[in-house]
Amino acid sequence: MSGSGTALLRARQLRKDYGKGEGLVRAVDEVDLDVAPGETLAVMGPSGCGKSTLLHLLGGLDRPSGGELWLNDKRTDRLSERALAGLRRREIGFVFQAFHLMDELTARENVELPALLAGRTPRQARRRALTLLDRVGLADRANHLPSALSGGQRQRTAIARALVNEPLVVLADEPTGNLDSGATLDVLRLFDQLHASGLTLVVVTHDERVAATADRLVSMRDGALVDETRLTGGSRGNLSDLL
Amino acid sequence: MQQEVVLAMLAKEPSQGYQLRARMNDALGPLGEALNAGQIYVTLGRLEKAGLVTVDEAPDAAGPADRERKVYVLTAEGQQRVAEWLADVAWPKPDLAEFHLKLIAAAAARLADPISIVDAQRRELLRRLRDAQRAELDVPEGSDAALLLEGIVLRLQADLRWLEACEANWTTRRRKR
Repeated sequence: MSGSGTALLRARQLRKDYGKGEGLVRAVDEVDLDVAPGETLAVMGPSGCGKSTLLHLLGGLDRPSGGELWLNDKRTDRLSERALAGLRRREIGFVFQAFHLMDELTARENVELPALLAGRTPRQARRRALTLLDRVGLADRANHLPSALSGGQRQRTAIARALVNEPLVVLADEPTGNLDSGATLDVLRLFDQLHASGLTLVVVTHDERVAATADRLVSMRDGALVDETRLTGGSRGNLSDLL
Repeated sequence: MQQEVVLAMLAKEPSQGYQLRARMNDALGPLGEALNAGQIYVTLGRLEKAGLVTVDEAPDAAGPADRERKVYVLTAEGQQRVAEWLADVAWPKPDLAEFHLKLIAAAAARLADPISIVDAQRRELLRRLRDAQRAELDVPEGSDAALLLEGIVLRLQADLRWLEACEANWTTRRRKR
């Protein structure tokens, strides 16, 4: 498709309205956004600013009221439900604040599930799940149920699950919202490693620590993007400035 | 470097300058890299003049330089000063009033948009937070250096939250105007 530049994920005049007439609320207000391959983008803003809705639109969990959406040069806002479900399964990985793991499945089975749904053989799915659990530091927890895992371990399981079908992009909604400081650091370390391996990540957060690991930060107010900050590039600051 | 810090690091045992420096470097991690060796010797010299430490000559001279032969020992007065310092509850105050007044002055004189000032400040603090966090990820978990970096990260987070409050407040004021 021409004119798309190098963006992996692209939104143009993206809009989401709820309600009608007097009660109309514009949750996402004509947002233009480009996410480059390999980029980590953080979206920050007060609660109710529309950042989660924006993430849901980007991931095809919700339909926009208007505007255009592109993933890897393919228009996605007009796909059929069936095509959209396939896209969510294969091309997009999701990470949620509340983990959304299946309680009755082990960590390994949770990670395997989307691979099986995408048509991998059980053997392929298992191999991939074990590789990913090892990568997130949970090789020895593969056969535990979520109830036997700490919050940080559950979130790392959820991140492994998000990666199982080698998605083009991972979308994370407040991934550290339920985690203590140590577990937050584990997730940040993991994001850092994934970033180094070329993963494209969009993360919605109110946690400054998560935002500070991004290449770029956009702020959202009342459904619109109001400010953009590039955090990478330039020289690394002098650490002695911190004392 | 505060004199009392150097004095207290000596309390463990009589030490040569380079030993003190190693102890400080362990405790500070990457933040200690900027620590200037000369600074410690200058401080030790002052402490000696003030009668808080005395100097012995090391039997096995560790370095060629004169200063590295010296072993520093706390005097009774030095011990006393360390005890006072440990009991002292002084705490550094962040100077928030200066930034606050900067916003007020900029808005009153219409010299600059307070919200742009907040944004620029936010960018700067986020860069510092990123640097501190990278450093924290690089040092061993549970180390002295990690604990110090955690403190720096938490303070920066608090400052960033205040800036968010500043931005919200000035945005509301702009709408009312």
